[in-house]
Amino acid sequence: MIELYLLLAFMIIGAIVAVEIRSLLSSVVAVGVVGFILCVVFFILRAPDVAITQLIVEVIALVILIRATGVKKDVSAIVGGRREYFVIGVTVLFVVGFGVFSYWALSALPEFGSPLMSVSKDYLAPLAKSGAVNRVASVLLDFRAYDTLGEATVLFTAVVGAIAILRRKGRKTAEEEDKEE
Amino acid sequence: MKEGMTIIVKTITRFVGAMIMLFGAYIVLHGHLTPGGGFAGGVILASGFILLTLAFGKNVSSKILSQRAASGFESLGGLIFLGTALLGYAGGFFFLNLLPKGVSGKILSAGIIPVCNIGIGIKVGAALFAVFTALVILRIKPGKEE
Repeated sequence: MIELYLLLAFMIIGAIVAVEIRSLLSSVVAVGVVGFILCVVFFILRAPDVAITQLIVEVIALVILIRATGVKKDVSAIVGGRREYFVIGVTVLFVVGFGVFSYWALSALPEFGSPLMSVSKDYLAPLAKSGAVNRVASVLLDFRAYDTLGEATVLFTAVVGAIAILRRKGRKTAEEEDKEE
Repeated sequence: MKEGMTIIVKTITRFVGAMIMLFGAYIVLHGHLTPGGGFAGGVILASGFILLTLAFGKNVSSKILSQRAASGFESLGGLIFLGTALLGYAGGFFFLNLLPKGVSGKILSAGIIPVCNIGIGIKVGAALFAVFTALVILRIKPGKEE
């Protein structure tokens, strides 16, 4: 269990570095560090499906981030100057309140990792109804397939939005209209 | 042929590209047997195309899979998934697993799960590649390329 907390501490450090560092490329690399440590954490928690997905999505996200943020330009336009004490105070107050309430709420949960199998024992029963060996797949695509359909819809919406905003055709017509004017 | 990266990257990509695609197809098709599944396998397929785009430039990769084709494949994958879900109404329920289950552990088993995995794999792979092209390639305005 100690290695898990060590990795979680490294994740928090990486996240703080990603927020605070000035260079954009270093920030992206720190985000990647957080993602890869999360992948190792999933492996330690014995969730290989999630770990594989996390690893691959992290690689793709890093490639897109590095390529799309335009690393060549130094875009370290971080607003400096005087700190806004009111905003910081409100934020600290909110975080403390959130911590207190979530401590009350989370202390009602069972202990970390204790086998609570009230619902999932039906999914894990030998020769479950779906007939799939990989239980994660049987949960994702049979018992809870409606959730997966919603997830696919979310991805579809994201792609439609990205292409609608960034497509070249709309840009060209806009430029031509500018020339005509 | 000035597009793309150096000859080292191109040579390695020639060796590795097909293997990445094959591994992605394996992850998708064995989603009901081993860890992985449609989403992870689809992302691996998309990463293969992204590697091709980065190594050889956008002209080579758009010959294989243009952005219009990627959008089409994404819709096709989504329709496969939704069609499989609607097929369940033949037995009475949305997402009813009505295909024969087969022997547990064989590749042709588990009813609709492999079909859904293939649909999701096609959808996710095409979608991520389309987002990559939209974010990276279309961002460069024509006439301003180096």
